Amino acid sequence: MNAPALPDAVLAAKPEVGRSRPHESAALHVAGAAPYIDDLPELAGTLHAALGLSPIAHGRLLAIDRAALQALPGVVEVLSAADLPGANQCGPIVHDEPILATDTVHYLGQPVFAVIARTREAARRAAAQAAKVLQLEPLPAVLKAREAHAQGLHVIPSMTLQRESAPGALDAALAAAPHRLAGQFQLGGQEQFYLEGQISYACPTENRGLRVHCSTQHPSEMQHTIAHALGWQAHQVQVECRRMGGGFGGKESQSAVFACVAAVAAVRLGRPVKLRVDRDDDFMITGRRHGFDFDYAVGHDAEGRVLAAEVTMISNAGWSADLSGPVMTRALCHFDNAYWLPEVRMHGHSARTNTQSNTAFRGFGGPQGALAIEVILDSIARRLGRDPLEVRRANFYGLGERNLTPYGQTVEDNVIAALVDQLVADSDYLARRAAVADFNAGSPVLKKGLALTPVKFGISFNVKQFNQAGALVHLYTDGSVLVNHGGTEMGQGLNTKVAQVVAEELGIAFERVRVTATDTQKVANTSATAASTGSDLNGKAAQDAARQLRERLVPIAAAQLAVDPAALRFVADAVHGGGRSLPFPALVKAAYLERVQLWSDGHYATPGLHWNRETLQGRSFYYYAYGAAVSEVLVDTLSGEHRLLRADLLHDVGRSLNPALDIGQIEGAYVQGYGWLSSEELVWHPQTGKLLTHAPSTYKIPTATDVPPVFRTRLFENANVEDSIHRSKAVGEPPLLLPFSAFLAIRDAVSAVGGHRIDPPLRAPATPEAVLDAIDAVRAAAARPA
Amino acid sequence: MSTPAPEPNAGCSAPPERPVRFVHRGRVVEVHGPQACRSVLNWLREDAQCPGTKEGCNEGDCGACTVLIAEPADERPSAGPDDPVVEGLRLRTVNSCIQFLPTLHGKALITVEDLAGFDPPPGPGPHLHPVQQALVDHHGSQCGFCTPGFAVSLLACYEGHQAAGCRPSREDLADALAGNLCRCTGYRPIVDAGLAAFDAAPRRLPAAALRAQLEALAASEAPGPVLHAGGFHAPRSLDELAALRLARPQATLLAGSTDIGLWVSKQFRALGDILYLGAVPELKRLAWEGDTLVIGAGVSLEEAWRALAALDPALREMGRRFAAPPVRHAGTLGGNVANGSPIGDGPPVLMALDAQLRLRRGTRLRTVPLDDFYLDYMKNRLEAGEFLEAIEVPRPASGTVLRGEKLSKRHDCDISAVSAGFALRLDAAGQVAAVRLAFGGLAATVRRASQAEAAIQGQPWTEATLRAAQAALARDVQPLSDLRASAAYRLRGAQALLERLWLETRLVDPLPPAALRLRPAPV
Repeated sequence: MNAPALPDAVLAAKPEVGRSRPHESAALHVAGAAPYIDDLPELAGTLHAALGLSPIAHGRLLAIDRAALQALPGVVEVLSAADLPGANQCGPIVHDEPILATDTVHYLGQPVFAVIARTREAARRAAAQAAKVLQLEPLPAVLKAREAHAQGLHVIPSMTLQRESAPGALDAALAAAPHRLAGQFQLGGQEQFYLEGQISYACPTENRGLRVHCSTQHPSEMQHTIAHALGWQAHQVQVECRRMGGGFGGKESQSAVFACVAAVAAVRLGRPVKLRVDRDDDFMITGRRHGFDFDYAVGHDAEGRVLAAEVTMISNAGWSADLSGPVMTRALCHFDNAYWLPEVRMHGHSARTNTQSNTAFRGFGGPQGALAIEVILDSIARRLGRDPLEVRRANFYGLGERNLTPYGQTVEDNVIAALVDQLVADSDYLARRAAVADFNAGSPVLKKGLALTPVKFGISFNVKQFNQAGALVHLYTDGSVLVNHGGTEMGQGLNTKVAQVVAEELGIAFERVRVTATDTQKVANTSATAASTGSDLNGKAAQDAARQLRERLVPIAAAQLAVDPAALRFVADAVHGGGRSLPFPALVKAAYLERVQLWSDGHYATPGLHWNRETLQGRSFYYYAYGAAVSEVLVDTLSGEHRLLRADLLHDVGRSLNPALDIGQIEGAYVQGYGWLSSEELVWHPQTGKLLTHAPSTYKIPTATDVPPVFRTRLFENANVEDSIHRSKAVGEPPLLLPFSAFLAIRDAVSAVGGHRIDPPLRAPATPEAVLDAIDAVRAAAARPA
Repeated sequence: MSTPAPEPNAGCSAPPERPVRFVHRGRVVEVHGPQACRSVLNWLREDAQCPGTKEGCNEGDCGACTVLIAEPADERPSAGPDDPVVEGLRLRTVNSCIQFLPTLHGKALITVEDLAGFDPPPGPGPHLHPVQQALVDHHGSQCGFCTPGFAVSLLACYEGHQAAGCRPSREDLADALAGNLCRCTGYRPIVDAGLAAFDAAPRRLPAAALRAQLEALAASEAPGPVLHAGGFHAPRSLDELAALRLARPQATLLAGSTDIGLWVSKQFRALGDILYLGAVPELKRLAWEGDTLVIGAGVSLEEAWRALAALDPALREMGRRFAAPPVRHAGTLGGNVANGSPIGDGPPVLMALDAQLRLRRGTRLRTVPLDDFYLDYMKNRLEAGEFLEAIEVPRPASGTVLRGEKLSKRHDCDISAVSAGFALRLDAAGQVAAVRLAFGGLAATVRRASQAEAAIQGQPWTEATLRAAQAALARDVQPLSDLRASAAYRLRGAQALLERLWLETRLVDPLPPAALRLRPAPV
């Protein structure tokens, strides 16, 4: 049978998903018209809170001179632990984290009391008196992770993840390997440095209710933690977040102390209370990416193939557990990166130190674990005198074989070899490798370095119940659409992608769709927007809701157009069938008149996941995202300074929902990770434990000048083998591993100083001092007789 | 309001306080009350209900609070696209979080909220400004929190280049944006946007109208000493400043507030009376007097470094790395010298140049060599009631090689681990005829490395001399370990900078900048 031809507009219509739309708030951002929480008009009577911080790293809290604080100008109220009506607790997993310190302070910067004052400045001035009003008895502090580990101080029990072909096979393989390499590696932590600092604004509502505007990636957890702190039920607390000025993991669990203090103060005083922390206090109070120490031993063959590996990871967890357990799990699960490890044993120790409690940061331990294996393979290559790229290729997971991860999941979607082949060709790697060698031969002071590193990153929370999401979609009778979902917008473009998914599902113009603030009164029990899963989960949930609506519209459309429902197409802002079209608003209006329910919920749960937390085995990830990067650097061997010359990135986002947003995530992650591994050094005072790098004046994230002048990013042609949202892949975290290539390129350049015979002991971040130390070590070793 | 005529002892009796008056959103704003240390940012966000400008760090380092200040240009013409002068208005980006409100007196404050209103095309708006539209089109915002600051910095760059009739390069844009931190995008799309803004039909800031408004504002200003509430004195002449300084020796001298701003925003220090130097025209003087370059104490870092780089283009990069545009616009070289931080980047270069300081107390003038100015950590030779009037830089002898060097974790806008200023002159025989080596970051004050100099002076400029100087340098300095670098790295770095100087200037096989420098200055 011949179906009537569809109108040209329909035939020409491009799918909505896959378009490079600007961020839905871009026009507001550039005009200063996108409100963040501190920009919301303040309600009359709003008070301001500030936190009084422990001035010592460890000690007994004997007394707080509240009267002295109360007497300060503008002070309305002083809160301490005893004033919390409910649970003084905001630890997200282990309940080891008081909101305000009780009898002991555990780090320099720990909130001990809160001052509520008429102005923010008055509150800050009063809180700054902490050292004068706190009576403390100092206790010995442990500041270094290795030291804490040696003393048996950990925030959670240590873990072991191993997979042997037979009992005892690992030790046997290590002993029998033709080559053995053992060593240590150390990498530093990283401050999220979201541009919008932590903020919560709590406003009492009727009948013992509270609305909290909170810059958080996890509104539901904030809702529950606030309710516990108040001794309330969850339904009394509403948490709302329209947008964050960046999160990067730092606003997952660690928004809680600010949300709880603002909430408790607001309820106690019956007035709106805002708590916006100053940047320095934000650094002093909250934790960040975990620094790691590694001890490793690997056995390998003459081609550089790893035969067996044993690694011990010690993370600096800080004073409390926070998310250190899952961070360590992800570190252990990413030590393999893209490589088959026939026999492997890993130990993870989360060391308790008297410093800020470290937490989620883009990658969540994955980058730390994966960088270790990359450094190890680099060292193997150098010892064998082979190009590191060849050693990496020799170790890649296979297709249909050599594809079992250490945690027992089979890698079934592996594209790394093809992806790397394409990047090698696109980036002209081999010719540039030769050019770099030529340059170095003729350049006594400046040395170039080049490196290619791959990425394989597992996507899903490794806690099964977090892998679900909900959404609400409302159709109004004018054809406009309002979407709400459980994810949070922190700049990544989640709301844009979700709107595209909904527009695609209903076949309507993007402009008809508006995504609203995340609100615990709309979608309940949401997961954190984390683990790169925002679009995967919430996109699917919104699609589910929109699909239900479309299905309810089908009978109406079929009747209106007098065609069989199977002949209908929803596209180009109308429904089409039988050679005729009905504009979407007319369809919705007709459905309303027929009393069709024009709103729907949607839900999604990632299928097929299982995980045993005891054995650290299972299917932790729905799929993997892949990528690779080539970086070229120039190192000044006199001063240790360096510069990025060029970066070529090739990354797998499956079928992109929005290529422009995905490229933005990839490039942004590259530069952010490059900062972590180069200039972003955290320094604590070795005696007092004070974080000395606590503001942008002292903690240096990259600027525009640090971006390589040649910066090429491409998306790898691929489709997710799993039924993800439109076969796309998550993009938030995986590209943070791409700048490993920059770190290893610096290592390559340093190695050139010793004729590539000596393995540079380069620590991360590769500050000028770290690079010069490595150069000195290489020179000294090269000068020694063989 | 009547204002008494200035009296001879103007510094002693306080004149009546006057409101702070400036142009904002097309209107003259009058702010009354004790606002002396209120930041422009807090005024914008809390009083003017203009929350488009953001607070990211509250210390002038992240750029989220960047605003544009317009003021009638003095006689000095634009020095180029980085120094926009449009219709007689000089435009400068500054960090509003560390600028005090009274410094706006007589000026115009332009914020992100203004841009879409510049020269709008017909039809219903809002019409984003070309820099804003380019940011949208090139995906230059993600979380958007830093974006208003970027838009304002891009506007300044746009106006400067439109006025000069040229377009910026990527490097120009990277410098123009060096004071704006973005944690999301990786900057590439923002730089793309900065380039693409020039492809659209030009839309310009209404400079002529703004200038007329500022002139009218100035004309309506009552004569006599300017005092704003909170003890904020803004003298209008050098003599008035000198008298005030004598009468109020404990007062805080305020120039660009790039340091003092933090005393308030971070340390809650009470500043007492403030003597603001920004309205004293004589202090802005920058001129050659015979063979001496006289840099008034109120000359901005931007202008001062431009003048120093004219002595030797090798100093240009040091001026660029000193700070980002908003700090270079607000801060002064005089402030950098008088503040006397041991890691200041200005004094090492000035010491290498044998700069002299013109100090004034009342009517007394004296000249002190910069070499002798610093006594100890943050202590100097200024007497009570005395202030720095100008820096005098003698023209270097012909054939002198000048270098300004800096080592830091980040290339742009970082405080140095080590900074250095070198002046070296070889005679025809290849012997060192003159050498001055000054370092920051290696002792309690910036100072010359006298033993290293002695090891070089009069010697043939050979590797043996270099090694002797490097060894002597270790005896000259007492570096500390801190968050920026260890003592060992500081010494190693300083020795490396000496070695670079030698490699660049040695008689046999000197290496070109491209063989020694990560970012050789464009030829």
